Amino acid sequence: MKDVSFGQFYPVDSFVHRLDPRLKILFLIAYIVAIFLATNFYGLAACAAVLLLTVVAAHIPLGKVLRAVRGVTFLVLFTAALNVLFYGGETVYWEWGIFCVSFEGIIFSVFLALRLVLLVVCSSLLTYTTTPVSLTDGVESLLTPLKWIRLPIHELALVMSIALRFIPILTDETQRIRNAQMARGADFESGGIIKKVKATIPILVPLLLSAFRRADELGDAMDARCYTGGKHRTKYKKLRFTWRDAVAFLVGAALVTGVVLMRIYLSAPY
Amino acid sequence: MRIVAEHLSYTYNAKSPFETAALKDVSLTIEEGEFFGIIGHTGSGKSTFVQHLNGLLRLPSSMKKYRPKKPKKGQAPLPATVLKVGDFDLTDKKTNFRALRRSVGMVFQYPEYQLFAETVRDDVAFGLKNFSEEKLTDEELDSAVRAALEVVGLDFDELKDKSPFELSGGQKRRVAIAGVIVTRPEVLVLDEPAAGLDPLGKREIMELLHRLHREWCKTVVIVSHDMDEISENCTRAAVFADGRVECVLPPRELFRHAQRLTELGLDVPLTAKLCALLQERGIEIDCDFTVQDFCAKVLDYARSHPKQGGGRA
Repeated sequence: MKDVSFGQFYPVDSFVHRLDPRLKILFLIAYIVAIFLATNFYGLAACAAVLLLTVVAAHIPLGKVLRAVRGVTFLVLFTAALNVLFYGGETVYWEWGIFCVSFEGIIFSVFLALRLVLLVVCSSLLTYTTTPVSLTDGVESLLTPLKWIRLPIHELALVMSIALRFIPILTDETQRIRNAQMARGADFESGGIIKKVKATIPILVPLLLSAFRRADELGDAMDARCYTGGKHRTKYKKLRFTWRDAVAFLVGAALVTGVVLMRIYLSAPY
Repeated sequence: MRIVAEHLSYTYNAKSPFETAALKDVSLTIEEGEFFGIIGHTGSGKSTFVQHLNGLLRLPSSMKKYRPKKPKKGQAPLPATVLKVGDFDLTDKKTNFRALRRSVGMVFQYPEYQLFAETVRDDVAFGLKNFSEEKLTDEELDSAVRAALEVVGLDFDELKDKSPFELSGGQKRRVAIAGVIVTRPEVLVLDEPAAGLDPLGKREIMELLHRLHREWCKTVVIVSHDMDEISENCTRAAVFADGRVECVLPPRELFRHAQRLTELGLDVPLTAKLCALLQERGIEIDCDFTVQDFCAKVLDYARSHPKQGGGRA
C-alpha cells in the first residue's frame, strides 16, 4: 500500500537536493546532449564518472539508483540484442541468413545499452532529488519566454503539478480498491492476457470514478478560494541561484566541452 | 473460527526513509462468536492488523524471519510469530488464501467506492462467482444475491437491474456489504463501517451488523474510533496504540480507564465522561456504559439519595 514507486522523491538533505530546480533541469538536458555527443568510450566514461559523482553527492543509496535501471532492463537487452544481430559491419564473427554478428555490432550495442542506462539513471536522479512542487516551479520558470507567444505557461505548470501530486494518491487508491476486490476473491495474477485485462475492470471503474470525484472536489476547492489563474500570483518559495548552482553549472559545462574535445581529438577506442 | 495472533510485527517500506513500523509484537486472540471491537487513533496499526486476517497483507515471504532466530550469546531467543484464523496458518506460504478469503469477509472503509458492475445483481454476485469452484447457474446466483440483499435490508426485485451508481449513499454501502457477505463468511471484518454516515444511518448500520452476527456470520470484528459505537455494541474491545495492543477488555471494564484512553488520544463514550464527572462529585455509578444502563443507574441513585436532590446529580 505504501510502497514507494520508482522515481519518487527521496527525502534526504544533500548538495544535489538543494540545487535550483531550473539548473537541475538544464543540467539534465546538457547531460543528455553530452551522452549523445560522446562517440567513444572516453566520452562515455566521463559521463558515467560525472553521474557517479552526482549520485554520491545526492546521498541516494546505489540500490535505489539501480532499481530505476531494473525497470528498463528488458528494453536495454532487447535493443542491444537487435543491434547485435542486425548492425552489419566488417569484422564478421557469425552469419546466418539476415543475422550477422560483427565486432562493430557488438561495440555499437554495448554503447547503446550504456547510453540508455545513463539516460535512465540521470533522469530518475532528477525526480529522486527534486520535489514535484519545485520541479514544476522550475519548468514554469524555464518556459516563461513562451508566454510571449501566448502559451498559458502557468496553467500548464499547474496541470503538471496537479498530475504529479495525484500520482501517489491514485496509487494508494488503486491499492485500496485492489485489496477490496481481492477480498472478494478477484484474481489478478493467473490466466492469459485477455483474462488479466478483464480482471482489471473491477479496479479501473472505481478508480476512474474516484479520480473524477477528486477532480470535481479539487475544482470546487479552488473555486471556493477564488483561484483565477496566473496573473499577479506570487510564489511562496522564490527560486534563487546560489554557489552550489555555479558549481553544478561548471561541472555541466566542463562535461559537454570535454566530451566535444574528446570527440575531436581522441579517435580510438571506437 | 478462532483468531490467534502472537508476536505479530509488520513494517511498511522496510529499509527506506519511509520505513514505518505499523505493528510491533502484537498478540491478540478473538474467540469464535464474538462481536469484537478494535479501537485506536489514526496510525495505531488497527487497519494493518485486520488486513492480515485474510492474507491481504502477508508476512514477508522470507519466513525465516518469523521462525525463532538463533539467540545471540546472552540473549533470549525471539518468540515465533503465530497467526492463525481457524485452521488456516497464515505464517505458512502454502496456505490456501482463496479459501481463507472466502471464510473471512472484509469490508473496507467506504466500501461503496469499490462498486463497479453495471447492475446491483452483478456487483453482489462478483465475489460469489470468484469463489465458487464450478460455474453457478443464474438461479443459484439469484437466490444467493436475493438472500444477501434481504439480510442487509434491500429489495432484490426492485434493485437487481439498477446501476449501483444510481443508489443513495446508504443503499450503496448496503449493496457493498451484501457483496462481501454473499459468500457467507464465518468471520466478518469491517473497517469503520459507520464512517461518514449520519446518526440515523450509523444506528441502522450497527443494527444491520447485529442482525448479521445473529443470523449470518459467527464472528464480527469492527474497527472504529467511535467509542460510543464500541461501548454500545461489542462484547470485547482491543485498544491499539502506536502499533501495540494496549489492552483487551469488555467495554464495561475498558471505560473505567477513561483517563488512560484520553492520554492515548482516544475519546471515551459520553456515559464514561458523565461517570467521571459524577465521581469527582463523590457519586459512584457502576454501569456498563450503555446509555440505557447508565440512565437506569443514575435514576436509581437519585431515588435512593433523595437528600442530595435529583437536580445536582
